[in-house]
Amino acid sequence: MNSTVIALLYIVSSVFFIRGIKLLGKTATARKGNQISAIGMAIAVVTVMIQKEVMGSWSSNIMANGYFYIIVAIALGSLIGAIWANRVQMTGMPELVALFNGFGGLSSLLVALSQYVYESSNAIAHDLITGISLGLTIAIGAIAFTGSIVAWGKLSGKMFKKPFNVPAKNQLNGFVAVLGLVAIGFYAISTNVYGGMVAVLFATGLFLLLGFTITITIGGGDMPVVISLLNSLSGIAAAFAGFTINNTVLVVAGCLVGASGLILTLIMCKAMNKSLLALLFATASGAKKSQAAGEAKEPKAASVEDAYLVLEAASSVVFIPGYGMAVAQAQHAVKELAEKLEQNGCEVNFAIHPVAGRMPGHMNVLLAEADVAYEQLKTMDEMNPQMANQDVAIVIGANDVVNPAALDDESSPIYGMPIINAFEARTVFVLKRGKGTGFSGIENPLFTNDNTLMIYGDAKNTISSLASEFDDD
Amino acid sequence: MSIMLIFVFVIAGFLGVELISKVPSQLHTPLMSGTNAISGITIVGAISVAAINIPGTVGNILGFLAIVLATINVVGGYLVTDRMLGMFKKKGDDK
Repeated sequence: MNSTVIALLYIVSSVFFIRGIKLLGKTATARKGNQISAIGMAIAVVTVMIQKEVMGSWSSNIMANGYFYIIVAIALGSLIGAIWANRVQMTGMPELVALFNGFGGLSSLLVALSQYVYESSNAIAHDLITGISLGLTIAIGAIAFTGSIVAWGKLSGKMFKKPFNVPAKNQLNGFVAVLGLVAIGFYAISTNVYGGMVAVLFATGLFLLLGFTITITIGGGDMPVVISLLNSLSGIAAAFAGFTINNTVLVVAGCLVGASGLILTLIMCKAMNKSLLALLFATASGAKKSQAAGEAKEPKAASVEDAYLVLEAASSVVFIPGYGMAVAQAQHAVKELAEKLEQNGCEVNFAIHPVAGRMPGHMNVLLAEADVAYEQLKTMDEMNPQMANQDVAIVIGANDVVNPAALDDESSPIYGMPIINAFEARTVFVLKRGKGTGFSGIENPLFTNDNTLMIYGDAKNTISSLASEFDDD
Repeated sequence: MSIMLIFVFVIAGFLGVELISKVPSQLHTPLMSGTNAISGITIVGAISVAAINIPGTVGNILGFLAIVLATINVVGGYLVTDRMLGMFKKKGDDK
């Protein structure tokens, strides 16, 4: 096909992506935006199929026909992707996104390797810029791949669960990165086929290792940042793959994803009051045992019946969900209780911290799944000014995001992180599986406040029995 | 040509930043999985490298795998985002 037509079709495709992302950012149009971006993708795929390089692979012998393999590969990938997308539980969303992202990164890595094999087996010389971009595609694709796999393992609880301490992590990572970049530089300037191959393989191995060692030390609570950063990286990898094979739509779409992912990452960092660098380069912190002994107050426990009596009299209740709600799969029970409360004439809201859960917006998705209307989902900034007027705050499996130590205890590791001011509500119920400090290992003074009552046990059971108390009347 | 692509890269970067600022936090997950699907654009590169390598060669097999992986990313990503967004409802919307 005429190269002008190809270029025009790629421009159309890029416009669909841009428009799609724009619409994806507004609640009312988000679904349409996603569909528009999918159309852009379809246009891009059809376009590459009629490009002359691809058409050159046509053959009347089906086993030698490039299209045959391409169609089989697309069919296989579509099938697997569709099955996973339909089967996943909403609570499993973070790990699925991490896994998909890892595949995208690995795919870019393989594109670079395949391009390299083509060039070397046909003795095609590369110029400096395409050489460097091929190397960077390998580097970023490899980091996105192994990083995402580690994130997937941590999130699904299958692997790498414990923050793992790599000795002299930063020095080691720095060394690996420099070595890998040297290998890429060597490949980019070398004309020696054998040397080039060694350099490419060496760089691939090193950056696969680097993706692993960077993410393995990062704990589950910081995953929202890690996932959105890895998402950004897989976009950048696609953009560099575009430089490598000289394709505009890859550069545009990849870079759009890279930039938007980076913005999302920075929003998440801000919500945790951590700098991105501190998060990536902090050596596995573990629990700081800085808590002053002495004022060891015991948290007060309450029964479901006690809690019911308070809730029945309440005229405003705010739920503050955290990762524990996802673990307990309690979102449907929460919705049921919220309905009961509303029937009882109570105003119900949900206050959602930007980094509650394991991916950005995790809680919103779970509550949406349970049919909670999105007007009831309030951000931290919307809810905090009204918190003192709330009769009851129910904290479900959240810990750090309601920890008042972030406001006033300078020795606390999370000091300075913006929190939901649950402690200002007249009564606070904290639903928790058991005593203990939770994932981050940080003491939470909220639990020992005078207006706080702890309800221990499985969050789903607790909420369900609270809801059924309302039925008994 | 490379310089042209660098130009495109820089402009697209700024555009991406503009598009994403001011997205409400409840859309963060769909936004992430939706843009994650877009990063599967590498499928276009995968198809192109799979085609230029002769069937059965190492380069072709790598390209084949790249297409499968990118397609999983694209198809799975769009479908899961659509499923998620289908659940966001206003109060009183039909179920």
